[in-house]
Amino acid sequence: MLEVENLSVSYRGISALEAISLSLMPGELVGLIGPNGAGKSTLIKAILGLAPCQGQVLFNGIPLRRQRRRVTYVPQRSQIDWDYPVTVWNVVMMAQTKSLGWGRRPGNEAKRLTSAALDRVDMLTLKDRPIGQLSGGQQQRVFLARALAQQAELFLLDEPFTGIDKKTEAIMVDIFAELSAQQKTLLVCSHEWGDNLNRYDRLLLLNRKLLADDRPQAVMTMDNIQRAFGSNMPSRFTQPRTMRLVS
Amino acid sequence: MDWLLDPLNYDFMRQALMAGVLIGVLCPVVGTFLIVQQMALLGDVVAHAVLPGLAIANFLQIPLLLGAFISGMISTFVTTWIQTQSKVKIDTAMAITFSSFFALGITLLTTLKSRLDLEELLFGDILGITVADVWQVGLITVAILIAVKFFYKELLFFTFDRLGAEASGLPVNAINLGLMTVITLAIVAGMKTVGVILVMALMISPAAAASLLTTELHWMMMIGSGLGVLSSLIGMYMSYFLNIPSGPAITLTLFVCFLLALLFSPSQGVLTSHFSMAKGQNSLD
Repeated sequence: MLEVENLSVSYRGISALEAISLSLMPGELVGLIGPNGAGKSTLIKAILGLAPCQGQVLFNGIPLRRQRRRVTYVPQRSQIDWDYPVTVWNVVMMAQTKSLGWGRRPGNEAKRLTSAALDRVDMLTLKDRPIGQLSGGQQQRVFLARALAQQAELFLLDEPFTGIDKKTEAIMVDIFAELSAQQKTLLVCSHEWGDNLNRYDRLLLLNRKLLADDRPQAVMTMDNIQRAFGSNMPSRFTQPRTMRLVS
Repeated sequence: MDWLLDPLNYDFMRQALMAGVLIGVLCPVVGTFLIVQQMALLGDVVAHAVLPGLAIANFLQIPLLLGAFISGMISTFVTTWIQTQSKVKIDTAMAITFSSFFALGITLLTTLKSRLDLEELLFGDILGITVADVWQVGLITVAILIAVKFFYKELLFFTFDRLGAEASGLPVNAINLGLMTVITLAIVAGMKTVGVILVMALMISPAAAASLLTTELHWMMMIGSGLGVLSSLIGMYMSYFLNIPSGPAITLTLFVCFLLALLFSPSQGVLTSHFSMAKGQNSLD
């Protein structure tokens, strides 16, 4: 179980997140939603200990930063330089870097995990391709394969559904369900809004503070949207169940 | 063939060529890490920032290499500090740091009445390379190549996706410090051969040319090193026969290599891709 207690983040005196407390149970698929600049990515980074923060993050009762092998992080695609000279295979192999240890080359087990993860996201045939020659959806699947190959218990994904094709979306939804059935915990940050959000077991609505934490139907109300967006609410935001937030 | 062997009759030329080959192998390997992190100018920062260290080391009668190394490392810390403590972006932080350190270096060289030859430091001096210098460059090269080989997968992960690497538990601050150390050492090693200003060219140009010829990091290093050695040798011979300083001769050769890669790279060349498009057009017709 992931427990976040009173997590606060501030950058140069400006508060980005205020006293966030939440818990995620094993097998739960949780969506993290909110307007742009709400602090969704910052919350994920703070949970991982990648942003300076106050508060406590425990996984199964022990600080998460002491057991990083049990957590995997899928960064936003825009954070990566896709011209970097590396192949699909070597990106997925990065999942083994920590477990192999310094100076060790990947053995058969590492290769098996990498191969299986690539096969699961239907990218094994493209394993030797440079990442710069992939479509957005294929890039996202490579990162998902890297997360799978790490065999973690907690998955934190930053905007995995942004700019992808239908095939990738179907594969990801399928894999999320599979991981959830294996009692893995998933926190997925998303700026979507609409029926797609029903795929989650629970939604966290964020805008610097945690505004709602409940089943999708209970979170996706007009009242909550107004609280999250305030006066910046897009004018065409009249039918929340069919709207997508504009980035 | 006599023209090829003739320079080898001189001790200074043999030493210069050996140092050139070593630097030609080393600098592109280190430069590759700078390029893939889009930090090519950091090499320039460190190269300029070694000057105050050289002046102080000369004044205190301690090894120049040590002074240059400490000074170069401080400049990387200052650059990072400015960037993290304010909204000033990395390129601005680098420009501020390198010009300030360079100015401080020149001021110190003047006020401490240093006997160091500024021109030699800036542009290199093949006549001045001693056997001890060659050994020093050799040791630095071997040590860095072994370290890069040993930590390759960690360096690959770190330079590709720093946040991902940190999230997975890799000690990113230590890796970054290691990289800065390696960059500073390579610059200090290249100082004698091509000078502090042009050592940057040896780090960046061959690796950049290699990046146009391959799609894998280790190949970028190996092809870069090949081009680095080739350019060093051609530049040294040009320096010998045409009586021009070695640093600029090597740098201009490197630029020609880069230009050739830019125009004729099989996959990404400006001319080759133009021709292949035209060919594709013809076959469609």
